[in-house]
Amino acid sequence: MRARRRLADVLAWLFATAATLFGLNWLAWILWTTISRGVAALSPVLVTQMTPPPGQSGGLANAFYGSAVMVLLALLVGTPVGIAAGTYLAEHGRHSRLAAVVGFINDILLSAPSIVIGLFVYEIVVRPMGHFSGIAGAIALAMILLPIVTRTTAEALRLVPNQMREAAFALGVPAWKVTAQILYKAAISGIVTGVLLALARIAGETAPLLFTALNNQFWSASVTQPLANVPVVIFQYAMSPYDEWHALAWAGALVLTAFVLGLNLIVRLAARRASR
Amino acid sequence: MAWGGRLAFETFGWGFISSREWDAVSGSFGALVPIYGTIVTSLLALLIAVPVSLGIALFLTDIAPRWLRGPIGIAIELLAAIPSIIYGMWGLFEFAPFMASRVEPWLNDHLGPLPVVGALFSGPPIGIGLLTGSIVLGIMIIPFIAAVARDVFNAVPPTLKEAAVALGSTRWEILSRVTLPYARSAIIGAVFLGLGRALGETMAVTFVLGNAHDLSASLLMPSNSIAAAIANEFTEADTELYRSSLIALAFILFIVTFLVLTAARLMLARIGSVHGQPH
Repeated sequence: MRARRRLADVLAWLFATAATLFGLNWLAWILWTTISRGVAALSPVLVTQMTPPPGQSGGLANAFYGSAVMVLLALLVGTPVGIAAGTYLAEHGRHSRLAAVVGFINDILLSAPSIVIGLFVYEIVVRPMGHFSGIAGAIALAMILLPIVTRTTAEALRLVPNQMREAAFALGVPAWKVTAQILYKAAISGIVTGVLLALARIAGETAPLLFTALNNQFWSASVTQPLANVPVVIFQYAMSPYDEWHALAWAGALVLTAFVLGLNLIVRLAARRASR
Repeated sequence: MAWGGRLAFETFGWGFISSREWDAVSGSFGALVPIYGTIVTSLLALLIAVPVSLGIALFLTDIAPRWLRGPIGIAIELLAAIPSIIYGMWGLFEFAPFMASRVEPWLNDHLGPLPVVGALFSGPPIGIGLLTGSIVLGIMIIPFIAAVARDVFNAVPPTLKEAAVALGSTRWEILSRVTLPYARSAIIGAVFLGLGRALGETMAVTFVLGNAHDLSASLLMPSNSIAAAIANEFTEADTELYRSSLIALAFILFIVTFLVLTAARLMLARIGSVHGQPH
């Protein structure tokens, strides 16, 4: 009896350790593949030349530019709205039924498949406009960013101790001033964490851009035209039969992964240090 | 979304869901194959991810030395941060050839001849198909389930665990008789959260599933999923009916994931708020 209990315990220990190694193994394998294949394809022309036609060499300059434009636009639109919504959820609408419903819908949106969001934007923006455009891509990305920022803002504000609010109100500070000058200051690191993680998330989104920004072989500064972007270029080049395109796709994948994981790592390490 | 798909629904009625015909040339669309592919890959992914995630959560809460918990926790969270297109490329160029040259021939030889399950593992070892897609999906949802499970394990009141220790329980007994029963509904919620992710995951699956509109019993054969079909075919959908059919597919996907995620939230809400879910 005792031996059997011991054995079950040891087996559970072994299983948990093996499961963790199993999980870490994939991370190592994926990173190794991306780095070894990506580094081989890196070259300075990556940021100076346009995406090439099949069989020629080139870079990803227009894709980097398009991605940056759309991500920044999404950030500019989504961040203020998300912070405002999060403030409403955590502060002004704290006990109202509406806030509960909004919070619930926000949580659903948070994990809704991004491809569905892409098609939704296709229906409401691309179809009326008649063609794919960078602005539609930015809207789709903003819709993915919004629920993340809303949720993390609400959570950061909920962590602010109630005594701070009470002390401020006791001094006769109006509600908007409490929020703007006291609560935001206390919750700023949590809010910034949320925005940066959301930024990392939308930088790698591919599916929604397929139906909104699509791709553009050429340099285009106009956001009302189809706009090249790194994820879609990676997708199209990786699926193609050409070796030059494969190499470019790996180079793009390396840059994208380094950006996304680097941002994640910095934010998480900083957040951990702050919480100590 | 329903508006965009109305043409397909009107044209095909219930046949849209039950027909396996998907022929762009003759203009008849039935969603049975993508729906089947979505369900099979998601369930297989859960089969892989759930035990592994619980193991990781147990490792992170009880087994690992304290100094190791932070770094390993972050590493697992990074697994969730990798863009899905990177999973897709890795799946297509690294993992699928690995499956084709090592794993699938072995499955052919050892499981193929068996009755009943044999049909699942026969067929050419081409590396791209339902099994590969399921494994990649499983890896992708591990961090989501593991993060929630870890927080849930941590939320079990320490007095309960201490009481079990005082009675002389082993770690396994604490997990199976105290932690898991206490956290059951939240664990199920975490699993549903993972399922919601798996159902809607697009890019990775698009790369490794093979985009074939054939219904096949074998897990080694290429298939399709709702999300992959949309990603692959949307830009080349030239008729209004074709496009409408794809949007109708997305509508079905949205309804299903909405229901799954709602169930997940309700079950998680019982144990308090969910922190630490990777974003």
